[in-house]
Amino acid sequence: MIALLNLTQGRGGPGSASRFPARHVFERNVLSYRRLWLVFVAGFIEPVFYLLGLGVGLGQLVGEVSVAGTSVEYAAFVAPGLIAASAMNAAVFDSTFNFFYKLKYAKTFDAMLVTPLRLGDVVSGEVAWSMTRSGIYATIFLAIATLLGLIESWWSLLTIPAALLIGIAFSAVGTALTSFMRSWHDFDYIQLGLQPLFLASTTFFPLSVYPEWSRPIVQATPLYHGVTLCRNLAFGAQSLGDLWHVAYFVAMAGLGVAFTKGRLRSLLMD
Amino acid sequence: MKMVSTVSPLTEGTLSIFGRLPERDGREIRQRMGVVPQEDNLDQELTVKENLVIYARYFGLSWSDAKARADELLEFAKLTDRADAKVDPLSGGMKRRLTIARSLVNDPELVLLDEPTTGLDPQARHLLWERLYRLKEQGVTLLLTTHYMDEAEQLSDRLLVMDEGKIVAVGSPTELIAQHVTKEVLELRFTDGTPDALHTLAHRTEQLPDRVLVYVGDGDAALAHMYNEGISPTGSLIRRSTLEDVFLALTGRSLNE
Amino acid sequence: MTAHVRSAPVIPSGRASLWHFLEHQFSRYRTTWRPTIVSGLVSPVLFLLTIGFGLGSQIEDTSTLGTNDYAAYVGPGVLAAVAMLQGGSLGLWPTLGALKWEGTYEAVLSTPLTAPELATGHILWIGFRIVVGSTLYVIVLTLFGLVESPLAVLAPLVAGLVAMSFTAPVSAFSASRESDEGFSLISRLIFTPLFLFSGAFFPVSQLPVAVSWISRVTPVWHGVELCRHLINGEMQPLDDLAHIAVIVLWIVAGWLAARRTFSNRLSA
Repeated sequence: MIALLNLTQGRGGPGSASRFPARHVFERNVLSYRRLWLVFVAGFIEPVFYLLGLGVGLGQLVGEVSVAGTSVEYAAFVAPGLIAASAMNAAVFDSTFNFFYKLKYAKTFDAMLVTPLRLGDVVSGEVAWSMTRSGIYATIFLAIATLLGLIESWWSLLTIPAALLIGIAFSAVGTALTSFMRSWHDFDYIQLGLQPLFLASTTFFPLSVYPEWSRPIVQATPLYHGVTLCRNLAFGAQSLGDLWHVAYFVAMAGLGVAFTKGRLRSLLMD
Repeated sequence: MKMVSTVSPLTEGTLSIFGRLPERDGREIRQRMGVVPQEDNLDQELTVKENLVIYARYFGLSWSDAKARADELLEFAKLTDRADAKVDPLSGGMKRRLTIARSLVNDPELVLLDEPTTGLDPQARHLLWERLYRLKEQGVTLLLTTHYMDEAEQLSDRLLVMDEGKIVAVGSPTELIAQHVTKEVLELRFTDGTPDALHTLAHRTEQLPDRVLVYVGDGDAALAHMYNEGISPTGSLIRRSTLEDVFLALTGRSLNE
Repeated sequence: MTAHVRSAPVIPSGRASLWHFLEHQFSRYRTTWRPTIVSGLVSPVLFLLTIGFGLGSQIEDTSTLGTNDYAAYVGPGVLAAVAMLQGGSLGLWPTLGALKWEGTYEAVLSTPLTAPELATGHILWIGFRIVVGSTLYVIVLTLFGLVESPLAVLAPLVAGLVAMSFTAPVSAFSASRESDEGFSLISRLIFTPLFLFSGAFFPVSQLPVAVSWISRVTPVWHGVELCRHLINGEMQPLDDLAHIAVIVLWIVAGWLAARRTFSNRLSA
């Protein structure tokens, strides 16, 4: 039997273009992750290991740390920092490894660009997805830290929007960097860049530990801003000064998205 | 192809699709068009059916319409029993059919196909041709590029021969054959070199390393006439001219690389 | 007429062709050394600087560590722990990559090398690379004044063994897989906790008993202890022999498994 196609759905395309076409790019990612939920679980469990390993394990050696004028146990000091770090990890992995695969191997974006989607929709959809992943990781991590009795202030809930902001900033920069990658070997550099960011971001010890001369360097790195913002919120010690951190991430996101669009235009459309 | 699918900007000249300009109405044009790229770029992270559903979403179909459309297209592409399979293990022919099905989710008026059957085995090609023919019957305009002249002959109403980026001939397959070559071709083999007298018998001959092609109107008559003239080849074959002969006559036999 | 004399091909013995494999890898190494060195050196140095010195400055109670200097505790431990992480990761993607996506190992097998020899060469080669990176790290430890004993020259070899004790079983597993599905789970849910609970950062005795036993049966904790003894010059002969035994046991078991899975995959 030969199936006949129903061509009466309305010539010239069923319906007109969607209101926010970028959301379909997002949907595609949701669909592809439905079967990969374990990867999701692994993503937020890893920072929990760090919390247990370094926060609790080392906590027995470190004792109390002072934050915003009060003395807290070491694990409670580390936890908000790890919220920022897990938001960064989620965004970076998605916007580098997965993005590269879709760009170079699966040609996912080529397939998208012959539909009514535009380049801007593709980039926005991808970045929005990475950002969402960051938000989910941060939320779950926050819940676990609360269960462990490491979170006390209601202000901590604001770490979730902070994580979304961290996510969008890192994923925008991540996609921009990935567009310059030639092969998987180049990803060693991403790993190489992430580790110092993670270890030297004041997640594990306060800025005052650093020698005076090196503090501006630490303060210039992006995760430092994330850790400081999340920690201030978690202890209800936020101030207007924290808007600097927000501005830092907004700038990162804006530059990253603009760069990615330019690069993809020359990679995919010429 | 990338320019016609309104992905790449024009390098020169003008392009109008459905009477609209790609640089201004790219999105609207793509809404009415389907594209089958040369290399399958199916989504390996999704199932067969999800590939169609999500693509339909890109065109703005609602979830329920997208699912209904996907079922219909799976039937068309003979992939219904593979709906929930992953894409990777499918055969080359199945992937191609899925890619073509995907290009139809928006019920396009025009479908661009870039070498749709390259690398497929004969069975898979014939099934594809049959499906494409059915589409044509239903009034969909197909614009396809191919290196296979039998494919062009099978599928096209109007054919455009390009050589080094320039159009060298336009017409239907029969018109092109009538215009550029004779109705039949005589393929002859000689053991001791081609006799010179041969060239006076036909208005066009072509010497190949292993045989001679003689372009004639009536193969049988020409062969009989030749034997009368005392030319006796060791092997002879009479066949109808094909588009391949047209293509080679127009673009030459040397490799354009 | 010239006569073409064709000499009979010399079929190298197993050991010779294994050597050729290592030679070949070594010649490629000249272009690919950077990532290994960088992660083999930079990563432990980062942990030493941030956790060892940085966090170490916040530590008040060092009574359970056996040393007053937290950096001297972390420095040697991190050597073995990072070797484990690297050995483990090299057993995942790069192994399946060479076997499947890049086809490097299939090409090797068109030479007289057999699949089990290839498995041997693969594991040895990874061990060698870790030894190189580790040697540089031990030099850095020396510069920081954290090396107490000349036996420290043996520590990079121990790091190489620890890497092999992970890479061998992990490669055996990877060779039996068709895709990298689950690799990131292994890396995040197995390697990361083993790394953090390896005893490199705090004594495993602080862990709940059940968790501490996981550390005791896997090779990384043994490597951490051994490296610490070699570098701090506090050998404990009986314990250290036991540490070596556990590590070697894992290498042999993993090696036998890898010979099997490499054969199954490549001779099919």
